[in-house]
Amino acid sequence: MAIVLFLLKRLVGMVVILIIVSFLVFSLLALSPGSVVATLLGTQPSTPQVVAAIKAQYHLNDPFLVQYWHWLTSAVHGDLGRSIQSGEAVTSVIASHLPVTLELAAYTLVLVVVVGIPVGMAAGIGRGRLFDRSVSGATIVGMGAPGFALGILLIYVFGVGLGWFPVYGAGSSQAIDRVYHLTLPAVALATGLVALIVRQTRAAVMDVMEQDYITFARTRGVGRARVMLGYALRNTALPVVTAAGLLLIVAISGTVLVETVFSLPGAGQLMVQAIEAKNVPVVQGLAFFVAVLVVAVNLLVDAAALMIDPRTRAGVRG
Amino acid sequence: MNTEEGAARDLATHLHPDDAGDRSGAALLHVERLNVAVGPVRRARPLVRDVSFDVHRGQALGIVGESGSGKSLTARAVVGLLPAGLHASGSVTFDGHQLIDAERRTWRALRGSRVSLLLQDPFTMLNPLQTAGAHLAESLPRGGHHSRSRQRDEIARRLGEVGLAAEVAEQYPFQLSGGMRQRVALAVALARDPELLIADEPTTALDVTTQAEVLELLQSIRRSRGMSLILITHDLRVAFSVCDRVQVMYAGSVLEQSPTAALAADPAHPYSLGLLLADPPVTHYVAELTAIPGSVPQADTVADTCAFAARCSWAQPECAAARPPLAPVGPNRTSACLRLGEIHPELRAALSHLDQPAAPPPALTVGDPIAAITELRKTFHTSRLAGRARRTTALDGVSLQIGEGESVGLVGETGSGKTTIARALLGLITPDAGRIDLAGIDISNYRRLDRRQRRQARRIVQAVFQDPYTSLNPALSIGTTLREVLDLRGDVTDSRHETADLLGLVGLPASYAQRRPVALSGGERQRVAIARAIALRPRLLICDEPVAALDVSAQAQVLELLRDIHRRYNTSMLFITHDLSVVRQMADRIIVLYHGQVVETGDTATVLDSPNHPYTRRLINAIPSAQAPSGHAPDRSEP
Repeated sequence: MAIVLFLLKRLVGMVVILIIVSFLVFSLLALSPGSVVATLLGTQPSTPQVVAAIKAQYHLNDPFLVQYWHWLTSAVHGDLGRSIQSGEAVTSVIASHLPVTLELAAYTLVLVVVVGIPVGMAAGIGRGRLFDRSVSGATIVGMGAPGFALGILLIYVFGVGLGWFPVYGAGSSQAIDRVYHLTLPAVALATGLVALIVRQTRAAVMDVMEQDYITFARTRGVGRARVMLGYALRNTALPVVTAAGLLLIVAISGTVLVETVFSLPGAGQLMVQAIEAKNVPVVQGLAFFVAVLVVAVNLLVDAAALMIDPRTRAGVRG
Repeated sequence: MNTEEGAARDLATHLHPDDAGDRSGAALLHVERLNVAVGPVRRARPLVRDVSFDVHRGQALGIVGESGSGKSLTARAVVGLLPAGLHASGSVTFDGHQLIDAERRTWRALRGSRVSLLLQDPFTMLNPLQTAGAHLAESLPRGGHHSRSRQRDEIARRLGEVGLAAEVAEQYPFQLSGGMRQRVALAVALARDPELLIADEPTTALDVTTQAEVLELLQSIRRSRGMSLILITHDLRVAFSVCDRVQVMYAGSVLEQSPTAALAADPAHPYSLGLLLADPPVTHYVAELTAIPGSVPQADTVADTCAFAARCSWAQPECAAARPPLAPVGPNRTSACLRLGEIHPELRAALSHLDQPAAPPPALTVGDPIAAITELRKTFHTSRLAGRARRTTALDGVSLQIGEGESVGLVGETGSGKTTIARALLGLITPDAGRIDLAGIDISNYRRLDRRQRRQARRIVQAVFQDPYTSLNPALSIGTTLREVLDLRGDVTDSRHETADLLGLVGLPASYAQRRPVALSGGERQRVAIARAIALRPRLLICDEPVAALDVSAQAQVLELLRDIHRRYNTSMLFITHDLSVVRQMADRIIVLYHGQVVETGDTATVLDSPNHPYTRRLINAIPSAQAPSGHAPDRSEP
């Protein structure tokens, strides 16, 4: 019961944050260089009729806050305006680009969790052994390699050189083809994040393995599997889940560069194009979607923490 | 009064005949020349050297020593769980199984089901994400597929054995008090009915009353099960109250092994004597607390000498020539003192000294109250995830006074409100109601004071806290720490000179000004903390458990230093402690606090010798070996 109440409270908090973000996003229009009308006109000829139409559509004659109110109410109804470049509704532009990005981010997260957490745990448990030292060395290289540079290297080696993977595009909408196409981008994006999560997990495991409860469990003959899963993994989970949530957010923003390198028609690429074309409504829409994602991921992380740790459920610190 | 301590010893003799337990046949645990070392094999640094002992079925062995003596490492080596980087050599046989470098299979057959280890800290020993019931369930004997309800009954029975209600099975460790957690841990350690339980300081982290309850429980379970016990402790009184035999360790070596009663009445090593003397008696005031000078050396630095020679008042050149072996000195007794034959009468004489009560020092002229607290109330609110906040009443209408030059002992268990009073006097919390007067300034609400008054108030009262490891800034040298305070005083022209003076006052060499806290032992750090507190020449010094984190010998040094400051500067003291023997030595007057209320107050001798309130009586009865263990008392169920 307390948990439901807590999650409700957090949801209300989320809404407040999103309203603040929406205000900032709306202000982008006013802050962009040149007059608002010129920005919204884009490449259209500046005839009095068109200008009047735009002024009416965007309520430009109203005070700023009223304009914001109009924008917000239509945003809530799913209308974020129209793309200046194509004239399409911003929501449908984003909807056509977002899936690839989300798939890429999810693929990356899977790599990070499936590779990073076990490797980090193994390194932390066998602290100081050869495996740990090699992994620790590799993570430094991994963290140092920028995703886009790594992407170019991967294209050169696995795409051009070995010909194993396609070098651009997202492929057809078939799942297998999609996975095939997204592998190199996901690896490029995941490498640095895997390195981070390995270090996080390793540190957390090392800390947990030195706790008295592990020693106590071993002295009373609790089985090795139980100690590793019930004790080490569960107690490591809290800091690792927190880190993974942050990494997912980093992954979403990291897609901007990687999508450009691999010519993926995703939200990242859309963002780059929209900024280049001063397509403010699309930029607004994307910024708003990213904000929603970030807030949602944070809520998920909090919910996961509640599931993992009974202490957080009781609201007792320490 | 003086006969009580002696009587307690006689009682101990009576209760623990030398050959308690079944000693027919081979020992259950046989340890022979056990060594523990750290580092690569070739250049290994020894931490424990040549430790040999036996534990027979049903017997309880106490391993006693200060921190750094190697007692915990010995225990860890026996269960094969040394920290990473340490390795053991020698021979440890448990019922015929060699345990040094034993294979995993051997351990699987032994750990839990035949040998179990109970650790010190109830707050870290249990998996925080698992209920007490889950801990028991995973530890109960395997095989024989119990039905769910059978298992639940078994868990309830196990909890009942340690004096806990069946509902505790549903609770997580964080919902239980320290004493309850230690009981759960005990039930869990005993779940597979081991023949030998090794308990490493199982009561050190607990309150006196809880400590007594857990010790009694340990004792009664051991007796009813006929289990062997190794009890590791730094507290001689705890070892005396439970164990048949005691082994004294120092810097990784065994210095004496003896039946309990014999050791208590007639120590056969100067270090054993030192430990006995350093432990302040609760029954009477002693004129001078005898500390062992210096601190425990590292094991490898005393490889070729008597480990204790550097701190021994009887040391002769021959003591430092080679490491003296353990030699038999009586029935079932060994000692590593080379000169025991010559000095034994002197050791006896020194011990008898402890039993002589000194007249408490003439009460210093107690002037007007330096601090007066009237009807103080404070409630803390703990916010919860959702729903209503929990309220804890820390102070429920407390009134007390501390006279100029008076030393007042504030006694009570965790949660009784002792520390809240200290924090209120220091202006660190604002009380909900009531009044605090400090030398004529009303400091009930610090925020309402102007800057000058606040400065004045802070000058009047200073504090020494419990943990010297966290109360000093690790980034600052000792000199900088002290100068920082001296600069506040404003009248110091030569702060370098003044720093040296302060260090001299607390018995530290002036060269320590250059050191950082990390290079100091616990006792030395606490002296620096005291130097810092008295640098402002406060009129009231609050000591919040200043020796609770220290070894006995360092404890005696620090107590003696505080007494000296009290006498020399006529500083008023508020001495907060849960240790009645400390309060006996330190306070003119005692205030007993229970659940945020003053339940008894009076001069030290009166309160301790003829307590009025049942709670005070319970505190006094809880002191180990002041009374023989009997039946077992229920835990105060307070999550």
